[in-house]
Amino acid sequence: MVSGLINANPVVYERKERRVRTAPFSADEYAVEPIDQQEIFDHIRDIKDPEHPYSLEELKVVTEDAIEVDDKHSHVRVTFTPTVEHCSMATVIGLCLRVKLMRSLPSRYKVDIRIAPGTHATEAAVNKQLNDKERVAAALENPNLLDMVDECLAPTYA
Amino acid sequence: MAKSSSWVPHIEAFVDSSRSSSQQNESLEALASLLRNDVLTIELLVREMEMYLTTTDNVIRSRGILLLGELLARLMVKPLENVTVHSLIGFFTDRLADWQALRGALIGCLALLRRKSSVGMVSGSDARLVGQSYLQNLQVQSLAQHDRMLCFELLECLLDRYSDAVAALGDDLVYGICEAIDGEKDPRCLMLTFHLVEVLAWLFPEPSGPLASFAGDIFEILGCYFPIHFTHQQGDDFDIKRDDLSRALMLAFSSSPLFEPFAIPLLLEKLSSSLPLAKVDSFRYLSHCVLKYGVDRMGKHAKAIWSSLKDAIFTFSLQGNIFSLASDLPDTMGFEENDITKEALICLEKVILQNDGIFLSLIVDDEDVEMILRSVTISNSYNSLSVESKQKLLAFGRIIVVSAKISSSSCDRIFHFLFPRLMDILGLSSSSLSLECIPYGSPVSFGQLNFGAIYLCTELLAACRDLIVGSEDIAPQSVLMQVSWCCLLQRFSGPLTTFLSSSLVTSMKQENCDANIYSGVKGLRTLATFPGWFLPISKSIFENILTVFMSILTAGCEETLLWKLSLKALVQIGTFTEKFHDSERATSYMNIVVGKIVSSISLDDSSMPYSLKLDAIAEIGGSGMHFMLKVIQGLEEAISANFFEASSKGNLKSVEVLIPLLECFSKKVLPWFHKTSLFEDIVFHFVINIWNQMEANTTFNIGIKANELLDVTMMVMRQAVADCSEKNQGLIVQKAYNILSSSASFSLKEPMPLSIPLKTEGLQLTQNLQDFSCRDEWLISLFASVIMALRPQTCLPDVRVVLELFMSVVLKGHVPAAQALGSIINKLPATIDSVEVSRACTLEEAMVIISKMNLWSVNGNSSFRKCNVICKSVENLTDLDISANNNAMVQTNVLVGLAWIGKGLLMRGHEKVKDITMTLLRCLLSTINTELLPIQHGLSGNDSGQDMHPLVMKSAADAFHILMSDSEICLNKRFHATVRPLYKQHFFSIMMPILLSSITGSDSSITRSFLYRAFGHVISNTPLVAVITECKKLIPVLLDSLAVSSVDILDKDLTYSLLLVISGIIMDENGREAVTENAHIIINCLVGLLSYPHMMLVRETAIQCLVAMSGLPHVRIYPMRTQVLRAISKALDDPKRVVRQEAVRCRQAWASMASRSLYF
Repeated sequence: MVSGLINANPVVYERKERRVRTAPFSADEYAVEPIDQQEIFDHIRDIKDPEHPYSLEELKVVTEDAIEVDDKHSHVRVTFTPTVEHCSMATVIGLCLRVKLMRSLPSRYKVDIRIAPGTHATEAAVNKQLNDKERVAAALENPNLLDMVDECLAPTYA
Repeated sequence: MAKSSSWVPHIEAFVDSSRSSSQQNESLEALASLLRNDVLTIELLVREMEMYLTTTDNVIRSRGILLLGELLARLMVKPLENVTVHSLIGFFTDRLADWQALRGALIGCLALLRRKSSVGMVSGSDARLVGQSYLQNLQVQSLAQHDRMLCFELLECLLDRYSDAVAALGDDLVYGICEAIDGEKDPRCLMLTFHLVEVLAWLFPEPSGPLASFAGDIFEILGCYFPIHFTHQQGDDFDIKRDDLSRALMLAFSSSPLFEPFAIPLLLEKLSSSLPLAKVDSFRYLSHCVLKYGVDRMGKHAKAIWSSLKDAIFTFSLQGNIFSLASDLPDTMGFEENDITKEALICLEKVILQNDGIFLSLIVDDEDVEMILRSVTISNSYNSLSVESKQKLLAFGRIIVVSAKISSSSCDRIFHFLFPRLMDILGLSSSSLSLECIPYGSPVSFGQLNFGAIYLCTELLAACRDLIVGSEDIAPQSVLMQVSWCCLLQRFSGPLTTFLSSSLVTSMKQENCDANIYSGVKGLRTLATFPGWFLPISKSIFENILTVFMSILTAGCEETLLWKLSLKALVQIGTFTEKFHDSERATSYMNIVVGKIVSSISLDDSSMPYSLKLDAIAEIGGSGMHFMLKVIQGLEEAISANFFEASSKGNLKSVEVLIPLLECFSKKVLPWFHKTSLFEDIVFHFVINIWNQMEANTTFNIGIKANELLDVTMMVMRQAVADCSEKNQGLIVQKAYNILSSSASFSLKEPMPLSIPLKTEGLQLTQNLQDFSCRDEWLISLFASVIMALRPQTCLPDVRVVLELFMSVVLKGHVPAAQALGSIINKLPATIDSVEVSRACTLEEAMVIISKMNLWSVNGNSSFRKCNVICKSVENLTDLDISANNNAMVQTNVLVGLAWIGKGLLMRGHEKVKDITMTLLRCLLSTINTELLPIQHGLSGNDSGQDMHPLVMKSAADAFHILMSDSEICLNKRFHATVRPLYKQHFFSIMMPILLSSITGSDSSITRSFLYRAFGHVISNTPLVAVITECKKLIPVLLDSLAVSSVDILDKDLTYSLLLVISGIIMDENGREAVTENAHIIINCLVGLLSYPHMMLVRETAIQCLVAMSGLPHVRIYPMRTQVLRAISKALDDPKRVVRQEAVRCRQAWASMASRSLYF
């Protein structure tokens, strides 16, 4: 695999405080709570960076504002920002995001993963790769890659 | 004496290095026990061992000496003659030179030196010889870790126990120790070495002694450990933490003033380190050393110390928002200090305490302080201060508080330095006289509202107050009186109060910063809580402050920060006055605060919401006994006035006022009395008063909301009666009973002859509650409430009549009467003393009355007859047949009554409960015989007529819920119930076999569904421990019962509690086996519950159970994997967020047990 780190010294940001939702307890038993930005963010914020022991949140790879959800039309789009422009880990990060959301969201959802415009050298190629169903499936057939993804996702299930 | 052949082999075994270590240990223990029991003497042993001890073979010799040493270590308490000890210690002392056999010699020396004088100890001169030999022969640092540790222990032992003897060694000793400890790295040894230095310093305290000449060297050795850098994780083999090491080193540092020239510069230097740990440790060491080194030595460092302290406090004091409003009303303007600031402040306190002259002048004359003071007071509002300025302001406040609190003189100094300037800034000093006549409420121009100054001022005042309050018992009052800052404060207290009050009043009218409010309220509160004997605050000022707070309180139409703070301040002032027995102020408080707020109860013109007002009243009352009495009086008056209005005139408004009043009384006031358990009379009068009203008022009529009001009144009645003593309870019961019996609708006569069934009356009284007049319903309900709350010892008037009365009312569906019946049965004495109380009654008699009355005697032609015939012989109680007539309403009411009576019996552990449960069971099983009943599902039985029976059966099943569950209303500890330990377990173990066999035996689905219901009620209220022991049998039935209950939306609580039982079993270690066996059906059931639409908690718990199930052996659960995953993926789309989150976890748990390719 890669020798040496791609971004040896990333900037680490502070975690945002976990917002505790104030659930009105007397609330209607049958009221629907739609899936929203924060819920999606809670799913992916703890994904570990493939080469650092920090979460994507701490590296500001994903932020809550970069998530668009449309619960009615079952569509979610996550835009992430790699730490450096030439980061070859971008595809792995994207794959992690996709797998995590596939495992966490109802099957009716269409998940769209994109790199933030202008933050990566081969932006178009990566975007294409991440949203190609077959290539994603093929990638997950690769046991090494799958292990790597699982390792990154492990903290999110804690 | 044992033969030598019997023990010599042990020696050989130990010395022989080819034997295993366990063999060697065994022989060692064997020899030790021989010696201990005097089968063998030391002399004989040594003589026999001669060869081993003196041979030139290093290995054998070292083993031999080790054997002797280890043996001695095991004989610490065995008396030995001095001669023996002398020769042994001589031998070991020599052997210290023998480096190949050192271990044994060290152990031997240690063992001998540690002996107590009562069993023969080493003499001083011998000890000195040991020391000499040690210093000559041992190169400690060249030894291995364990030997080094032994060496240090030996030294420690010598210094601790033979200090006089070894002190004579002087320089040599100190030098030797320096050499020994130089470069030590092992934490266990370090603990010893630090202690050695400490003891050494204690041994040679004189400034020209041996230690003095080596102080520099020793400190060089010690200094390099500071600050302790220790990275070992916890849970290491040896139990030493960083804190232990750091503490030991600190004690060593501070052990002798001789270290001062070296230690203080080192600590000051480390303070400038960027490592936070170094800073914290430095401050901690510094505070410790300062006291030990003494004033003279520390004087010259004062300036340097102050500048480090200043840096640390101002730089690190805190980040972020100080006035965090999230925390609910912080006591002080609380902010989290970090460790550095905390230690620095402690250190500041210590140095000022030691030498206040120097340090206070340093603070006062410091230019930085001056600059900071100027910068924080430069702008007026809190929000316009920069973040750094806010930080500095807080830090400055802390410094003031710490330094002012230390002593009266320091307080004086700081006060004089700061207070006049603050007054200047606030513009109070020049116009002090004119300000005093400014009326309250006149706006203060915001130019004067300097937040920085107000903040510092309030902090300073609070510190002074704390000092005075704390020193009350120490310093004579007269001395304090003459302290000059008091005069200063006295001069300014008037203007200051006016100023702060008007600032608060202004802030009420317009948007203002919370910080200002905090400071303002705190300032006033502090002023009001200066002790009364301490004169600065005059009475008029105190009253003014109270008035200001009260005006805020009464003007407040909603719960603002200012309102809450003011209330809290008032409560604190009240508590304070009460605590210091300040009668003059208590009077003012009583008049201004308590009197006013109490009188406001009856006024409804105030803009304050009623509930808010009541909260305030209860809080203020809670601040002191006298205040509470006054509050109670007010509340009582209000209650009785409104009660009269409501009950006789049907005044709706009074009803609305009465409900919160009574709620406040029961939730706030009564618990307060319950806690103090004094003033029972007041509660008693309150109750009697209500009954008087009931009595006087014959045209009782309350319109709407009557039920709600009745519920609250009953609650208050129960709680109040429960708090009364037996005597008063007796009076209350008598009174209530008299009123009740004078009421026309209750014919309370002497019990009729038992043989005549009373059913006529029961049937004559029409069958529903609506026929009661409003007053009668109130009377009987309140009487029932009184009965429920009685103590067991209280005697009841006319038990028989009361029983009959209640039973007739129960027929009409009056639940409180049923509860009261249960309570009577629960508390009646089993026997009565010989002194016969004519109308008293034992439990047996009561039961006979209940059963003989035959209220529900047989005249129907239903199936109960058959059962009845079968059971007739069992007990006369079973005659309580419930087919009195075919009206299902009556039957249901009867069942409720039976259930409560049964509960009373069950809780006291009476066996008659069996009869009642048998009756209930017969009800449940009755359909077996009545084929004529149309069998219908979904039996809520709305339409009367044919499916009445299911309704009765349902209430029979629900009776088990009443039997087993804990009730809030009655029959609990608060209401003096007789509770037998483990009664639930007992009932469970009796009922389970019966219920299980009935379930298997019944062939009607309706009957079975009700049996499941009863089963569910019993099992969900049984402690889990009891369930788990039986869980193998129970799980299948439990699951069936869950399936039955999950059909009807009305049973969702039952469903949930059954699910909790299942989850309890799954989580418990002892249930594991049974769960594994039944994994398949459990998972099926849980999967079914994933889509339970009526209760989110059920779905959430079911998913959590599934997560737990995924931990079972894979062989058992793997077949269900696909099924679970399919169900879970639906749960991912659950309407509730919590469920979705759990579903994600569950999916992961189940998916990850095999290759994930299927579902990613």
